[in-house]
Amino acid sequence: MLAVAWIIPVLPFLAFWLIIFFGRRLPGEGAYVAIGAMGIDALLSIAILAQAVGGATYQANMVWAVLGDRALEIGYQIDPLTAVMLIVVTVVGSLIFIYSIGYMHGDPRYPRFFAYMSLFAASMLTLVLANNLLLLYVGWEGVGLCSYLLIGFWFERPSAARAAIKAFVTTRIGDTFMFIGILLIFFTVGTLQFDQIFEAVEAGHLAGVTLTLAALLLFGGAVGKSAQVPLHVWLPDAMEGPTPVSALIHAATMVAAGVYLVARTYLLFFGSPDHGALTVVAWIGGITALMAATIGIVQDDIKRVMAYSTISQLGYMMMGLGVLGFTAGVFHLMTHAFFKALLFLAAGSVIHAMHTNDMKEMGGLGRVMPWTYGTMLVGALALSGVPPFAGFWSKDEILLEAFHHNPPLFWVGLVGAFITAFYVFRMIFLTFSGPLRSHHAHPHESPAVMTVPLVALAVFSGLIGFVGAPWWGNPFHHFVEFEAAESVPFDLNLALLSTAVALAGIFTAAVVYYWKWLSSASLRRAARPLYALLVHKYYWDELYAFAVVTPTLWIARRLRVFDLYVIDGAVNAVGIVFVWLARLYRLFDLYVVDGLVNLIGWVTGKVGGVLRYVQTGSPQNYLLVIAFGVIVLVIGGILR
Amino acid sequence: MLSLITFLPLAGGLLILLLPKTNHALMKNVALLASAASFLLSLVLIGMYQIGGGMQFQEVYRWIPGIAINYHLGVDGLSLPLLVLTTLLSLLSVVYSWRIDHRLKEYLFLFLLLETGMLGVFVALDFFLFYIFWEITLVPMFFLIAIWGGPRKEYAAIKFFLYTLVGSLAMLLAILLLYFHSDPRTFGMLDLIRQQPLAGTPLLAALAFWGFFLSFAIKVPMWPFHTWLPDAHVEAPTAGSVILAGILLKMGTYGFVRVSLPMLPEAFKQYAVIVAVLALLGIVYGALVAMAQTDLKKLVAYSSVNHMGFVMLGIAAAAAAAGDASKAQAAATALNGAVFEMVAHGIITGALFLIVGVLYDYRAHTRGVDEFGGLGVRLPVYTGISTMAMLASLGLPGLMGFVAEFLIFVGSFGIFPYFTAVALTGLVFNAAMFLWTIQRIFLGPLNERWAHLPDMDGREKLSLVPLAVLMLIFGVYPRPLLDVINAAMTTLAGVVR
Repeated sequence: MLAVAWIIPVLPFLAFWLIIFFGRRLPGEGAYVAIGAMGIDALLSIAILAQAVGGATYQANMVWAVLGDRALEIGYQIDPLTAVMLIVVTVVGSLIFIYSIGYMHGDPRYPRFFAYMSLFAASMLTLVLANNLLLLYVGWEGVGLCSYLLIGFWFERPSAARAAIKAFVTTRIGDTFMFIGILLIFFTVGTLQFDQIFEAVEAGHLAGVTLTLAALLLFGGAVGKSAQVPLHVWLPDAMEGPTPVSALIHAATMVAAGVYLVARTYLLFFGSPDHGALTVVAWIGGITALMAATIGIVQDDIKRVMAYSTISQLGYMMMGLGVLGFTAGVFHLMTHAFFKALLFLAAGSVIHAMHTNDMKEMGGLGRVMPWTYGTMLVGALALSGVPPFAGFWSKDEILLEAFHHNPPLFWVGLVGAFITAFYVFRMIFLTFSGPLRSHHAHPHESPAVMTVPLVALAVFSGLIGFVGAPWWGNPFHHFVEFEAAESVPFDLNLALLSTAVALAGIFTAAVVYYWKWLSSASLRRAARPLYALLVHKYYWDELYAFAVVTPTLWIARRLRVFDLYVIDGAVNAVGIVFVWLARLYRLFDLYVVDGLVNLIGWVTGKVGGVLRYVQTGSPQNYLLVIAFGVIVLVIGGILR
Repeated sequence: MLSLITFLPLAGGLLILLLPKTNHALMKNVALLASAASFLLSLVLIGMYQIGGGMQFQEVYRWIPGIAINYHLGVDGLSLPLLVLTTLLSLLSVVYSWRIDHRLKEYLFLFLLLETGMLGVFVALDFFLFYIFWEITLVPMFFLIAIWGGPRKEYAAIKFFLYTLVGSLAMLLAILLLYFHSDPRTFGMLDLIRQQPLAGTPLLAALAFWGFFLSFAIKVPMWPFHTWLPDAHVEAPTAGSVILAGILLKMGTYGFVRVSLPMLPEAFKQYAVIVAVLALLGIVYGALVAMAQTDLKKLVAYSSVNHMGFVMLGIAAAAAAAGDASKAQAAATALNGAVFEMVAHGIITGALFLIVGVLYDYRAHTRGVDEFGGLGVRLPVYTGISTMAMLASLGLPGLMGFVAEFLIFVGSFGIFPYFTAVALTGLVFNAAMFLWTIQRIFLGPLNERWAHLPDMDGREKLSLVPLAVLMLIFGVYPRPLLDVINAAMTTLAGVVR
């Protein structure tokens, strides 16, 4: 089974081309083809996981290019990390695809949507299966491309087109660092294969400052893709895409890629002197987790709450990886994929019913949309970290690792956990409880093709955490582990603490938005400067517009003028100089050269005219001259 | 065989001159047949080509024995891809030019003459012959711009002609310098590489190097000799732009690899840093200036400056590594990338100019980037192919441009790490520039002015789809092309070493 794993990315890739070319002529207008490909992939992934749990690994290579006398190989590999990621991408992906049938129903570019989604999945699966940095980079950029295409799917809306560019360019800035990192690694060890790079690290060929630098450069790519501070600004705007796209981006693909990259190349970070690179990862993650969570409190757009929640949770994953919690980070990546996909799709169901994203228009939807409400509540509890839902187990592990390896970050994480529970239940209360605030909406429960995936995801979100539960020996830890970093054993006190914090957050949200003992307006007035800061998202966008976009365009326009007038002006000046010289030459030619010629002619003519008189034609004259000449010669001879 | 491929287009052109002026269909068919035959024969050549066999299909005839001039043709892994690229792009351009009716006879003749000239440059192995072909390309291009061009065609044509002519003269002097120091006297390129006539005289070598440099750098064009390019492109007819960007520019980089690198390795090594800096300027500057353009053709022209900068960075890096055995691997990689980029840029930018033509020539009659918007709704096929070509140009993995850039960066990072890091920023600008362009033309609400534009017709698809397919094939699996190039570049890196 492992030897045919290469077929996993190929299937959705083929689906992409099939749908692009044949579109509406395919079964289900292409949707069934895409879902079929993903479904087969999911089954294959489950089979692969079963074998990987049994301890099987696999690797295969092919020569992609020969440079000089050295072959550049690409290939794929199966190991526990890859097996887990395959499951996440294909299972979550399949459910999102199925859901999309309902959500995208009636869209004029319906087949195209499934084509792009298939390509998205194919790229992500390539990235996950790659056993070398080159192929990983190919998948990485492919994911970026698809996010561009899908965020801008409704490209008639200028905001969607802008958001798409923002996503691609912002992540590409990160990718440039990553590319330099790849070059640095290749330059130092002469290979892009993960196992050979790791051997070089262990043998000390890649060490010291170079190793830290290489790791941090790679991390630059992860910062872009996983929307970490300071390159997080693209993700909230990515909400312009259709909701299933958001679900796919936020859960299974794209943003997961950054965390996956760090996990995949963990030895580079771990091996850097004093874990220096890891410390950077941890702090970037911690800062991101807290900052994004605080912004999430003040958002009124239901999808934007989710977006900031994703950034914040990705921060937790990075933090987990950074504080030596390799398993914890990957575990959270997995659980988050399920409950965040659930939350997004449930939000999509709400939007589908309300035709708006604005939570101020919602309210009381719990009664009309019981399935959506129930499943979203499961997702919210998982996100808050309430046991026994999935998010509890993984977030608790991250906090546990932080507590042991980086106490300041533990407190950051704990505060973040409180805020997380607060904003997610603020969203739940605003959406589902109280009266319906919009007067022209007619909400209704979504069709089964949408609610069934919700229920499936809710089941996963409820139960998947148990694979990391301590009472049966924490099987996830023994499957996905990084041997050099021993994970910290379960600590009941910390678990109780984090549960209490989550419940406190929910309670606070209820105080303000359910029981309304405190009005949110008075809170806003009380903390006006803070509120302004949060509403403006810490002014990141304004900063970049001021410090990056405007100057770049300014320079570009100035350079254009420079090119037109200075460089081209110089060229034209040379041309003009030559034209003037030519004119000068013409005058010179006319008066000097030609004049000289004429002068010679004139002189010759004149001389001829004078000499004419010598040519008299009479022999007497000639004889006289000859005689005279003879006399002169004779006298000359005598005198000598 | 090579003579046949090279002169078939010219023969077709001469035949067209003899045909009645009114029979357009016949003339077009003759042109199509001649360029198609040349293309098919070049494909046969690929089939017969032995990878790693060095210079092949050589034809040597004594021509002017008194001063040791031979008629000498041959191809290796460097020239073969460019040869096929030339025949392919010429064929597609003839297909695209089907609707030309203004002075058709002259147009087709000049076009086929141009093809012969370009093919000749790539297969000539004798400097005298090389120079003749080099100059031949100038004349038809001049008339193509000057007769079938846009509003400022005379200015652009003369600028193009004079600028490149200045370069040619410098090259002629450099050639003579090599000739008079060779012993026995020869114009044969292979002999000159073997002899290294200026190896012991650094001053003369430097002189010859800068002579060649001026000529090639103008052709590439390198910063700051690039300003003829936007003008020429803007005024040239679509097929002329395709050939100009796709092939004529490659003659410059080809010259660097074929002549400067193997014949004057020490001089090139000495000045490699200068060349690399100019290349870098081209990369960053080209992308930024392209970003500020509102004319689509100018935008693509400046992106050419940017991409040719990548090629030159790779070549300069290889030159800087000359004589250093530990860097020979990196040098070979950089050269592979540079040559691959030549082909890739030919295909991608050729496609981009066709794409501009599709919009400008028969539909909108304007190229202002800001005048469009929302075309994605009306012209899905056109949008798809344009987007793909632009993504290829900005170096998206899976498409041809990425492979080229990846190899250039991998190779030159081992030699010029800091320059390479700077060059990488060009990728971000490139991405921003092309995506912004896509946004302004294809995305957003549909501009009602263009609500009735038809999508691409069959002939336009016929000229664009092959290029799109090639971008994808070589982007996913570059080996068929790369193996051919690599054999030659490894040999070259060995010679340089």
